[in-house]
Amino acid sequence: MTDEVKYRNSRGKSRSSSLPPLRRWIRATLTLDGALTLLVSLCGITGILVLVLITAYIVLQGARVISPAFLFEFPRKMGREGGILPMIVTTFAVMATALGLTLLLGLGSAIYLAEYGRNNRVTKLLRFGIEVLAGIPSILFGMFGFVFLVVLLKFGWSILSGSLTLAFMLSPTVARISEEAIRSIPREFREEALVAGATRWKTIQTISLPLASRAIIGSLVLAIGRAIGETAALILTVGSAIKIPMSLFDSARPMSIHILLLAKEGISTENCFGTVLVLFSIVTVIDFAALWLTRRQAASASEW
Amino acid sequence: MANAETGRFRLRVVDPILEMPAPKTSFLPEIRLRNPILNKERVPMRAQDGKIIARLLFWITSLPLLLFVLIGLFVLYEGAPLLGGRLREFVLGTTWDPRHGVYGVLPMILGSILVTCGALLLSMPFGIASGILISEFLPSPAADAMRFLIFLMAGIPPVVYGFFGLVMIVPLVRIYLGGPGYSILCASIMLAVMILPTLIITSEAALRAVPKECKEAALACSGASHWQAIRFVMLPTASPGILAGIILGLGRVIGETTIVLMVTGNVPTFASSPLSPIRTLTANIALEMGESAGQHRQALYATAVILFLFVMLFNMAVRVLNKFSASGKLGGRGGFA
Repeated sequence: MTDEVKYRNSRGKSRSSSLPPLRRWIRATLTLDGALTLLVSLCGITGILVLVLITAYIVLQGARVISPAFLFEFPRKMGREGGILPMIVTTFAVMATALGLTLLLGLGSAIYLAEYGRNNRVTKLLRFGIEVLAGIPSILFGMFGFVFLVVLLKFGWSILSGSLTLAFMLSPTVARISEEAIRSIPREFREEALVAGATRWKTIQTISLPLASRAIIGSLVLAIGRAIGETAALILTVGSAIKIPMSLFDSARPMSIHILLLAKEGISTENCFGTVLVLFSIVTVIDFAALWLTRRQAASASEW
Repeated sequence: MANAETGRFRLRVVDPILEMPAPKTSFLPEIRLRNPILNKERVPMRAQDGKIIARLLFWITSLPLLLFVLIGLFVLYEGAPLLGGRLREFVLGTTWDPRHGVYGVLPMILGSILVTCGALLLSMPFGIASGILISEFLPSPAADAMRFLIFLMAGIPPVVYGFFGLVMIVPLVRIYLGGPGYSILCASIMLAVMILPTLIITSEAALRAVPKECKEAALACSGASHWQAIRFVMLPTASPGILAGIILGLGRVIGETTIVLMVTGNVPTFASSPLSPIRTLTANIALEMGESAGQHRQALYATAVILFLFVMLFNMAVRVLNKFSASGKLGGRGGFA
């Protein structure tokens, strides 16, 4: 190794600079340093390229299918022809309901852990619960939702069952990120409010939540980005009826399940590409929003 | 919000999203004077309300723990009859044939393990290399663009990757490598692609978090080349972060259902080569849960118990690693995830 370095430092440059560019490049690459750099670059570029190519392929194939008719028509022949309007509506319905429930559960936990919880065993146990729940695979949530919500509580295959299952699944993530955001608010802010005579809840309302709101919303948006593409937890809880859901207790088919069924049953590759692109665009818009929100948050947090 | 011209401080409570206040602590004494809500003489809430809210929040917070216990118990309770009576036959049995009441999950346990290992082996070199490339070699505008792009790709739902694998990778494997196409290889490739963004983001962030001084010291004092600095200083220092990314990816792969459902072929037999179709534990549940009853459903719950145990084992391993790392026994700068 050290000889290598000496060689490069003392003579390598002056000797190779007189060579033509291609041979200079080859000589530089022939050193261990250059070869490893090349190898890592190749691997890295391959990795990034694979992702980019997959995305490009999906977008190009989907763009040929998507038209206003595809977006605003009902499917015919089990989705072989026609559009995907009911699936889009269902996706947004599930998303909105899950969002509300996740906000309630996740933010509630975050507020408790950051503001109320003392540093004792009970709090540790609760935190443990949140951590392990975050690691449970979505199919187990789906199974639980199926047995507990669909069968036992008699919600049936419905938007409500699906959204609740999703909320159970996503709330640990939201709770963790939101708790961190609330904790990162300087102590003095809260103390000022308490000194001024505000109750704890009032302090949370006026100081903690507004200051942490951007991160909280960012985490929620991220969670929703996951929710909208979730398949395993939904297939056992929402069902797959092709219709526009009229109430929370209606069974319907979100886009992710539509894709799975179209592809697995071999019904229509084309319509599948179209649905994939619609889903992909929604997810991208959502993630873009999350990135924007959290980035602004990070920028302002560093000024404290 | 600190106003630069007047030096005034204003804590906004309306529309916090669009205008995030970025207060400075030196202006603090003025909060009391300017904050409209805190200046009200009367606090509208009684102490009693605070207790109710605290109690409510406590129950909301205990929900995850409750759910975790409930999920575990539910699965165990429903699967217990089968597990209790025929544990050996179930775990070590090699045939899965619900129509004849034969339930053996060994092929699926093996399938899950094989697919997970394959995905990790495939994605690790590319993920870490991409991380090194972005944090060390790319000029900063390009690196920023890459980070942005990869962040967006991390959000692509698994079902999209599954579909891509189905229409692209499966036929390619069938044509060029033989076999039915639906295979361990396909599943490993698509799962690897799925966790690639996670790996890239975490390893890149870990490498970027290494203090500049470390690298500069290596370059300046010991005369190391750029690659030597990466190999002997950057990578060892960043290793806990990179490992955290791998663990994160591993957790996602074990539980992934959609992709394996679409590209493994779902045949519950032993795999003889990377090109043979298999079924995983997760796919088994998703496939048969909807139209099962009686003992068949018990068998599916028992499958879930195995999956649950896998995940728990994995979680415990992470916790132990975390503890070791926090106490500095693993080297690095401590703290996973």
